[in-house]
Amino acid sequence: MKVTNKFSMALLAKSSNESFARACVSAFATQLDPTLEEISDIKTAVSEAVTNCIVHAYRSGMGNIYITSELLEPNIIRIKIRDKGCGIENVEKAMEPLYTTVGGERAGLGFAVMQSFMDRISVRSAPGKGTTVTMYKKISRRFGGNA
Amino acid sequence: MSVEINVTGEVVTAYLSGEIDHHTAKAIRENIDSAVDLNMPTLLVLDFKDVSFMDSSGIGLVMGRYRNLAKSGAELHITGASEQIHKMLKLAGIEKLAKIEGR
Repeated sequence: MKVTNKFSMALLAKSSNESFARACVSAFATQLDPTLEEISDIKTAVSEAVTNCIVHAYRSGMGNIYITSELLEPNIIRIKIRDKGCGIENVEKAMEPLYTTVGGERAGLGFAVMQSFMDRISVRSAPGKGTTVTMYKKISRRFGGNA
Repeated sequence: MSVEINVTGEVVTAYLSGEIDHHTAKAIRENIDSAVDLNMPTLLVLDFKDVSFMDSSGIGLVMGRYRNLAKSGAELHITGASEQIHKMLKLAGIEKLAKIEGR
């Protein structure tokens, strides 16, 4: 798949950056002329992935979250969200709905939401090294926008 | 993000507005819980009409309020949910815990 545009950024794993991160990616995605629902899906999935970095990956300290987003032909957005945090011991288990290791008021739905709201997600993780979540969404071109 | 609380008899209504995420959920939770602790309602209504964004932190918020209310036998209703918020509520199976009005 040919990459037609790309942006990357790094931001501190602070909860106040959650809204900034999802706003950046969704603003970038507007080049594909998405519907409001598609934009909302992207915002939600990014919010979940970034929150996971803050709540899980860097739970014992601060670190960077690295976000790369690419526009691919034909009208697909690929979003990579990477951390250098604690990593996930068992990715399959972590992706089960309602599974959470932090308790409190976390619903344990982060990965379920990403899977449901995006077309495809993959998770690569190494304990002690970090996690990369890659998500894809095909955008229904409404008016033939310029990507 | 803001929460406006209205108390009518035994009903507490929390009008939520703005964005609900992990960053904002704590303040919302504290606002609602203090109103519930003070008024001991038989029904808590969460009004999402003016919520412009919600991720699964909002689901945690709803589930947590449900658990607290269940201790005293009080009910939880949800109203004003947009299509997107409804999609999230459905994914989490919230309709089994709370009555979702206006759908």
